[in-house]
Amino acid sequence: MSITDIQLEENLAHHDDHHDDHHEQSFISKYIFSTDHKMIAKQFLITGIMWAVIGGGLSIIFRLQLGFPGADLSWLKPILGEWIDAEGSIDPEFYLALVTMHGTIMVFFVLTAGLSGTFSNFLIPLQIGARDMASGFMNMLSYWMFFLSSAIMFISLFLETGPAAGGWTVYPPLSILSDAIQGSGGGMTLWLVSMVFFIASTLLGGINYIATVINMRTKGMSFSRLPLTVWAFFITAVIGLLSFPVLVAAALLLVFDRSFGTSFYLSEIFIGGEALPNIGGSPILYQHLFWFLGHPEVYIVILPALGITSEIIATNSRKPIFGYRAMIGSMLAIAFLSFIVWAHHMFVSGLNPFLGSIFMFLTLIIAVPSAVKAFNYITTLWRGNIVFTPAMLFSIGLVSFFISGGLTGIFLGNSALDINLHDTYFVVAHFHLVMGSASFFGLMAGVYHWFPKMFGRMMDKTMGYIHFWLTFVGVYLVFFPLHYIGIAGFPRRYYAFTNFDAFSTFGDLNTFVSIAAIVTFAAQFLFLFNFFNSIFRGRKAPENPWNSNTLEWTTPRNPGHGNWPGPIPTVYRWAYDYSKPGSDSDFIPQHIPLSQTPESNFPHEEELAKSEVISEDNGAHESH
Amino acid sequence: MIKDVQMNEPITGQVRAMNPKKFAMWLIIVSIVMLFISLSSAYIVQQSDVNWPTIEFPRMFVYSSVVIVLSSVTMHWAYIAAKRNNIKENRVALVLTTILAAGFIWAQYTAWDILTNVQDVNFRGGHAAESFIYVLTGLHIFHLLTGVTFLLIMLVASFQYKVHSRSMVKMEMCTTYWHFLGGLWLYLFLFLELNN
Repeated sequence: MSITDIQLEENLAHHDDHHDDHHEQSFISKYIFSTDHKMIAKQFLITGIMWAVIGGGLSIIFRLQLGFPGADLSWLKPILGEWIDAEGSIDPEFYLALVTMHGTIMVFFVLTAGLSGTFSNFLIPLQIGARDMASGFMNMLSYWMFFLSSAIMFISLFLETGPAAGGWTVYPPLSILSDAIQGSGGGMTLWLVSMVFFIASTLLGGINYIATVINMRTKGMSFSRLPLTVWAFFITAVIGLLSFPVLVAAALLLVFDRSFGTSFYLSEIFIGGEALPNIGGSPILYQHLFWFLGHPEVYIVILPALGITSEIIATNSRKPIFGYRAMIGSMLAIAFLSFIVWAHHMFVSGLNPFLGSIFMFLTLIIAVPSAVKAFNYITTLWRGNIVFTPAMLFSIGLVSFFISGGLTGIFLGNSALDINLHDTYFVVAHFHLVMGSASFFGLMAGVYHWFPKMFGRMMDKTMGYIHFWLTFVGVYLVFFPLHYIGIAGFPRRYYAFTNFDAFSTFGDLNTFVSIAAIVTFAAQFLFLFNFFNSIFRGRKAPENPWNSNTLEWTTPRNPGHGNWPGPIPTVYRWAYDYSKPGSDSDFIPQHIPLSQTPESNFPHEEELAKSEVISEDNGAHESH
Repeated sequence: MIKDVQMNEPITGQVRAMNPKKFAMWLIIVSIVMLFISLSSAYIVQQSDVNWPTIEFPRMFVYSSVVIVLSSVTMHWAYIAAKRNNIKENRVALVLTTILAAGFIWAQYTAWDILTNVQDVNFRGGHAAESFIYVLTGLHIFHLLTGVTFLLIMLVASFQYKVHSRSMVKMEMCTTYWHFLGGLWLYLFLFLELNN
């Protein structure tokens, strides 16, 4: 196995002594089959960015169809080929495939792998003070499983029968019977194969994150001193570990039904008047299994973004995070509740109304910890010395989306209102704000904030500001009108509404949304330019550009394999000693002993300082 | 979990509760448990929903249960032998465990054979109740095969003198996993019997 693995089993002190004389790595072991968590994080990030471009591009294509129905799209022929018919309109079945792939790509490949994969990998070892993950080899395997899964999903886009088209939830019987829709043929098979590798990747990654956080924290890094980012990644990994196996079960039975003639999800199906032989199954079973993953999955997507936001908002408000324990408590509460609310996705599936009211009750409880988090963000900002870095703006943007999108969740969680609102654009607007845009802003905030540590250079600020404002305003212009469209009764996933007179008054609004979407999407290319340009040509970054407290900023500009050239710093305080009364500096990093800051210690800290054991080798890289 | 007590503790030593790899093994077990919990609950939900035929299980499942319990015993013997640096005994016990594992797989295969050819309980084309038996037992065999692979790795390591009291991490992981797989089978067997 990898060097790190072997070293782990040895005495750590021994490892420390011999750290500097590591050998030069070859190109392949450094950049491709790397076991270094920082390189794996960058691999996840760049793959995630590529997927975001593809996923976003698909949405622009179907927004063209929705905003300009009947327009001549034959100029898209070079990309879409036969999917554009002779009159220049998109094939209706391909429209469904576009929607399906947009959802799958964004939820799984961008916001799960791209977000957790990048920041859990990058930040966990750096912030808890570890040389690498518990198993570098498993970590590498996790990325390459994701790569394989990505490759298979990518190939499925080019099948003659098209990629999967039954919605990102791939409900049976539609996804089982290829007589029903072309996309349920080869495209669906590749979707399932791809998801198998994706789940394997997520589990391998998650097991590593949990094992690392629990077992490899540096001296003094107790759970009550962990930065909220690490708490968020840790809880996310636990949710993933418990929920993804359930998706395995759902997908496995789906595979058997599709390819082996079983009938777990099929019963009494007639095609062209002919009965299928399948008996004893139920498509509702799939929905239960799927949403048992599916609902925790939305928290897998949002929690890392919330963790990143906590860190960035505290740093850039120059204030301790408000309610550190309440933040942890609310994340734990959200994680727990996420497992017992899945049936709110199934209110209109024939669910017993009594059961519906129980799930409604449990769902609405989630508003409490969510509100606690939103409140704590705002109170952290309140009267802070706010530094508006691009990362900070994106974090504040996240809070805005989390609130405005979260509010509509209360409508949708209501089983009576849901009869009216389910499967409309209201739902689309809700989850694109609270889960899609909020997580995406968390991802962006993280990239802007940790870019200096990732690549040793700064990103361009001005471009960051323009990117933020175009995206922030754009997102609201896209998704706010969708609420109205949803309340008006527009069902999601429909190819066109031109045949219904009742909807014709909303034609302009749809055109407006499409134009806003195109502008917002175009603005992302500014980010892409800034990102890739700054990797090579950005201004060289200082070691701690944001005057932040966490341990990653004590590493050199380009942390090498093993993260700290000397011994790992010891931790003496929590991560949020910003603007501490009495202190000259407005931040005191975690590795500064309490005994060195008598002027700012609280009485109980003064007591602690007396019993503090200062390890000789501390002060790996003073950045203070 | 987060108590003030922890904050006020004097800072001593690296926080390392457990070997990270052993810990990861437990996490893998958790994910497998979740997989089988979801399938069991799917079974129960489905059973309450539709007409559910009762299926007579072949006696072979009882024999295979005995075999897998025996293999757990020999596995534990191998573990204790390794801990006591008794390398020869360790090898014998590991070989016995592998043989018993093969016996279990053979027994399961025979049971399937009886189910399909004698009792006309089919994986394909039959009622979901019939398919479920194959999915549950088949998934168990799949995981058991990963266990056998681990067992073979340990066997090779043992013949290379790499398993002894000062190098027990992998041996402990293998033992844990094997006991888990045995327990999982007993659970599945009971589950299927009781829900019939």
